[in-house]
Amino acid sequence: MLLQPMGDTAVVVGFGNVIGATTLEKVRAATIALEANPPVGTLDIVPAFTTITVVYDPTLRGGYTAFQARLLACLKTVKRLRRGMVTTLTIPVCYGGEFGPDLGLVAQGAKLSERAAIASHTRPKYIVGAVGFAPGFPYLAGLPLKLHTPRRSNPRLKVPAGSVGIGGKQTGVYPQVSPGGWHLIGRTPLKLFNAEEVYPSLLKTGDQVQFKAITAEEFAAWT
Amino acid sequence: MDIKVIRPGMLTTIQDLGRHGISGTGVTEGGAMDKFALVLANLLVGNAPNKPALEITLTGPELEFSSDALIAITGAEIDGFEHAQPIKVYAGDRLDLPVITRGCRAYLAVAGGLNVAPVLNGAGTDLRAKLGGFQGRALRAGDVLSANVVSRETHGRWKLSPTLLPAYSASPEVRVLPGSEVDEFAEIFWKTEFEISTQSDRMGYRLKGRQLKRKSSRELISSAAIPGTVQVPPEGNPIVLMADAQTLGGYPRIAHVAQIDMPLLAQLRAGDHVSFRRIELEEAQTLASQRMRDLNLLVMGLQDKLR
Repeated sequence: MLLQPMGDTAVVVGFGNVIGATTLEKVRAATIALEANPPVGTLDIVPAFTTITVVYDPTLRGGYTAFQARLLACLKTVKRLRRGMVTTLTIPVCYGGEFGPDLGLVAQGAKLSERAAIASHTRPKYIVGAVGFAPGFPYLAGLPLKLHTPRRSNPRLKVPAGSVGIGGKQTGVYPQVSPGGWHLIGRTPLKLFNAEEVYPSLLKTGDQVQFKAITAEEFAAWT
Repeated sequence: MDIKVIRPGMLTTIQDLGRHGISGTGVTEGGAMDKFALVLANLLVGNAPNKPALEITLTGPELEFSSDALIAITGAEIDGFEHAQPIKVYAGDRLDLPVITRGCRAYLAVAGGLNVAPVLNGAGTDLRAKLGGFQGRALRAGDVLSANVVSRETHGRWKLSPTLLPAYSASPEVRVLPGSEVDEFAEIFWKTEFEISTQSDRMGYRLKGRQLKRKSSRELISSAAIPGTVQVPPEGNPIVLMADAQTLGGYPRIAHVAQIDMPLLAQLRAGDHVSFRRIELEEAQTLASQRMRDLNLLVMGLQDKLR
């Protein structure tokens, strides 16, 4: 674990430079400890892949030195993750067709039938590496190698809300209509971001995600 | 009290001090670009520092007040209106704010504050996510804002000490702290006067002047980005992230703007210039604390002048 100041208002807590389940478990465990007992002066806690950035009030007495000491004291209380501390969420997806216009292309790249590509995408347990880019957008780590597909050379100006995409080594879900360069393979009826909620994002960094294929009828009937 | 928008101006939004506690969900910090000016406008009308106020960009709006009110305008200067002084307006008055001649963003606070239902811990307008402020968007002609009514007057003759204001300029030297990849770039960054390009908005300023070449091709893992981060994309023109910065970034970071000088950047417009000077973390935080103390002293000083 390495602490490094970022400007005069933040500290980056680093957990190495490998994106993966082990690192994300450490990030998750430390995030839980920090959120349960934030050091005095904490304004924001942003976990992402291999780091947690803690934004703090630079005008507090003692500045960085004092804040860093409080942060370290809190990080000493980090406990190992136990069952139940990590949420696993199943995301229903209607693959292909008008919801996933790029499924054919992704399957072709993987030398798979569309059905086999769907099976491959629904098999792993993904881990949320970070939530960002847009409110509630999860970057999911764990995409099978075969499905890795470079981003589109011409990004779409309007990706519909709920679209499930593949961009390079990652897969993710667009919570709201936005521009986007990922290949779209399906769509979920779930709402990933809701500004009315106290915690507006359905997913948090470190959560586990599994996709489940549903039919267009099931999609239409989803409430 | 109602404030009717007769003409909206180029980009007038409701802003406050931004959203905290939910950056991990991808919601931008947002809030006023010049947070000092927003706080000052509020204090000058006797409000708490974080009350929602109007951020006015380059061209002013025309506003009609339904009741008497005390207002203050800070940040950019607007011809014909006293800067950083309480101004009395009367019921039925139409305030016609012209084009901004110096600076880029003016803040207009009303005693009592604008009435805005907070969304996700903030009243500010997030234009990209279309939430907060007035229906999540910039003001349009015909909108009617609601403000709390308080009867507050200014007493005696007084003027704000100009030493309290940031050194606003169209070509400021901005103090920064080194970023994590500073050593991967040549020294030229520190000797260049950059121009604010037209591709600049509340999310970030794209600078031009010198293309910065990175010495390393090491791949970086995305991590949190915050307002003030100066990042360098592969084409080499640095970008300063501003209030509506995205919450994650994967470009190398050459520097971070010290909190104290964010207002200087907020007042720049396309065509203005900026250069950067490195300071130490301790100095940056001392400067931020001093400004906080100055503002606290101002609150005390204003107590018997605003009643």
